[in-house]
Amino acid sequence: MPVTCKEENRRLTAAVTGELDHHGARAVMEELDRRIDLAQPRELTLDLSGLTFTDSSGIAVLLRAHRRMGQVRGVMRVVSTPDQAGKVFQAAGLERIIRFE
Amino acid sequence: MKIENHVTLEFPSRSANEGFARTAAACFAAQLDPTLEEVNDIKTAVSEAVTNAIVHAYPDILGKIVLRLRIREDHALEITVKDWGVGIADVDQARTPLFTTGSEERSGMGFTIMESFMDTLKVRSAPGRGTTVTMVRRIARRAGR
Repeated sequence: MPVTCKEENRRLTAAVTGELDHHGARAVMEELDRRIDLAQPRELTLDLSGLTFTDSSGIAVLLRAHRRMGQVRGVMRVVSTPDQAGKVFQAAGLERIIRFE
Repeated sequence: MKIENHVTLEFPSRSANEGFARTAAACFAAQLDPTLEEVNDIKTAVSEAVTNAIVHAYPDILGKIVLRLRIREDHALEITVKDWGVGIADVDQARTPLFTTGSEERSGMGFTIMESFMDTLKVRSAPGRGTTVTMVRRIARRAGR
């Protein structure tokens, strides 16, 4: 479950690719935590275009990254959410908390 | 209800089996000629049910999980996930959105996802004896087939 990050001018972009489930969720969370702590970004863009599957583990990953960004006084947006992931996030009402573009 | 085909898989509660279980369910369900969205709904619900068994039923040991898939004559897939783990004392509470006894990588939304992606969801559990989750998803018959 790879996370690829790039940072420029305190804007962090993280692309999560492959299948995200409980088996891989902790590693993704820890990698995002580490990158946020290191970059202290003003903005985090989570690019989900390469996410081929997620279950409710993805909800926990997004909420954790959102909370972490709040702690460093930055904002988070989620882009290119595939249909399958979007349906999972919508069932959880995540769009009330997280900005999807 | 007449059963037209079925398969039963048994595996230990290793998290690596989450991906295997949902992919196997999707392959078996292909016999019903589902749409991509229907396949994804099945994969998601199976992933939730199997993850629950792995995380909650056997918190400290490796235990047995059985996934049974049955194709019914009414063009529905019946999915049963059974474990012999710790069980759930209060099933209604466990089904409440955001309720979780898991660690922070759990969202407490597993049953909510299963409910919204399946037509029916039944949970039978007894503390110390295990849990059986049974879900049914009807697959639309498509015109021209």
